[in-house]
Amino acid sequence: MKNFFRAFCRNKGGLVGLTVLALVTLLAIFASWIFPDSPWDMVNAPYMPPLSEDSLLGTDTLGRDIASGIAYGARVTLVLALVSTAVSVLVGITVGAIAGFYGGKVDQIIVGFIELFQTIPGFFLAVVLVAILTPSIGTVIFAIALVSWPPLARLVRAEFLSMKHREFVEAAVLSGQSNLRIIMTQILPNSLSPVIVSGSLMVASAILLESALSFLGLGDPNTMTWGYIIGASRSVLRDAWWMSVFPGIAILMTVLAFNLVGEALNDAFNPKLARKRTS
Amino acid sequence: MSKIGGFLGRRVVKSILVLFMIAIFNFFLVRAAPGDPAEILAGQSGAADAEYIEKLRQDFGLDKPLTVQLVSYLKDVATFDLGYSYRQQAPVSTLILAHLPATLVLALTSFAFALLAGVGLGVQAALRVGKWGDTVITTLAMLAYATPIFWVGLMLVLVFSVQLQWLPSFGYESVGANLTGFAHFADIATHLVLPTVTLGMFYMAVYARLTRASMLEIRQLDFVKTARAKGLSERTVIMRHVLRNALLPIITYAGIQAGHLIGGSLLVETVFAWPGIGRLAFDALVQRDYSVLLGVFFVASIVVVVVNLLTDILYTLVDPRIELK
Repeated sequence: MKNFFRAFCRNKGGLVGLTVLALVTLLAIFASWIFPDSPWDMVNAPYMPPLSEDSLLGTDTLGRDIASGIAYGARVTLVLALVSTAVSVLVGITVGAIAGFYGGKVDQIIVGFIELFQTIPGFFLAVVLVAILTPSIGTVIFAIALVSWPPLARLVRAEFLSMKHREFVEAAVLSGQSNLRIIMTQILPNSLSPVIVSGSLMVASAILLESALSFLGLGDPNTMTWGYIIGASRSVLRDAWWMSVFPGIAILMTVLAFNLVGEALNDAFNPKLARKRTS
Repeated sequence: MSKIGGFLGRRVVKSILVLFMIAIFNFFLVRAAPGDPAEILAGQSGAADAEYIEKLRQDFGLDKPLTVQLVSYLKDVATFDLGYSYRQQAPVSTLILAHLPATLVLALTSFAFALLAGVGLGVQAALRVGKWGDTVITTLAMLAYATPIFWVGLMLVLVFSVQLQWLPSFGYESVGANLTGFAHFADIATHLVLPTVTLGMFYMAVYARLTRASMLEIRQLDFVKTARAKGLSERTVIMRHVLRNALLPIITYAGIQAGHLIGGSLLVETVFAWPGIGRLAFDALVQRDYSVLLGVFFVASIVVVVVNLLTDILYTLVDPRIELK
């Protein structure tokens, strides 16, 4: 464990990523303390450019504060991305574990199902789902989770296939442990590291997906999100560049941070590979 | 030969199966949604009059059992009858066919851009590994990989259309210019630049990283040492031996990219008012014209399935090691 932390800290990108994530999380937690007014409230004159009085990042067409919108948006974005990733990781692990552990017919059917999902254009599927089931936090999470689980299920399946015939698993089988117990206590803990790595990359793509949905106006109508602010800025791009620039930078930084952390975790879990790659 | 025939046959059957499942999914999605399916498909915002909704109800046979409804729906889809848009007063399939070419043009130019720029950058990075040129390319790829594409589009418009005024920011031709021949072609081409770069940016980054990584891996293999030992020039070694083998995984990604291009067209065509099926879907979304939205989703899936089928075939032709299972 100590070695793992040392390896992670050697990676500058990973540290930068963690710092950015810490800042975004703090912003999300203290949003209502830094900006006591609701992000939907008109707090200033419309179209105020950045650095104007009381509005560091300017205001939008209705005089709503952009900085406040970004802070409250951080809340929604982080919660939505983390919850939807958690759901798709759970589904991915369950499906992948069943396919990899039992093999045979079960595996064939599940693999066919995964392939089916991977051929459907995922973003389109998410758009259609949210639009028809009406936009809400629940449908957005459902849609993101539904299009994100297949790659993880593949990964877990491959891990289980390669672990199934290792000695420690066979020992557990011989000692009469139940299948569920073997899966939970023997195989799963040993295949967690690639799951953790792809989990952090999945959060990054969940943020991109969520922001694209709210950009199209498919976010929960009661939540202020980064994508929503950018979507609303589209028609006034020429008059109020700050409305689209700053929330976009927020998305870019957060997604980049999750990607950097994911890569650093990957390098820390596979120290030999990491050294080979940089040499 | 018959081996290849069997392989193709199985792949075609599988592709049809996928489309069949998507049609079934569409069918149940509309019925799982809150509210009356007829009203959903007619557009909820009160656009359709009661008489039309009643007609839809009869067309769908909503009073009949679900299985009967499903069978008649699948029959319609199989004959490419994707419903009727009350908003636009036209059959959905007609609308889609009219908008499809614009999307295909945009998708193809984006694919070409992503592939050429991505592989080019990846090769340059691999040749300079560890030096500053590599760092710049790797960092740029990392950034492009993390940027939402709709935002890339807006930023490009801000810089190249609003600020520098070099390129047009919307549509596919200058309105009212009535250009012909080469001037018309050049006009469309300038309108294509920004949407192409926007849609291709993400996969350019993917290809750059992939090419760099796979070139670095292949560079260390024995056959490359042999090629060098034969006295071939470094250029020949890189182009003929390293790059050629490094390109194989890229074909796999081309299949995956098809889905991304089609999904991304929804965002890019919205930003640039590009008159393709993505824009059609966005307008349908705003107007709650769900029969059009579902129709575009279905046709987009057909495009992706066909491209996947083609890349699978291409892959077996390019890499003889793949078994035709």
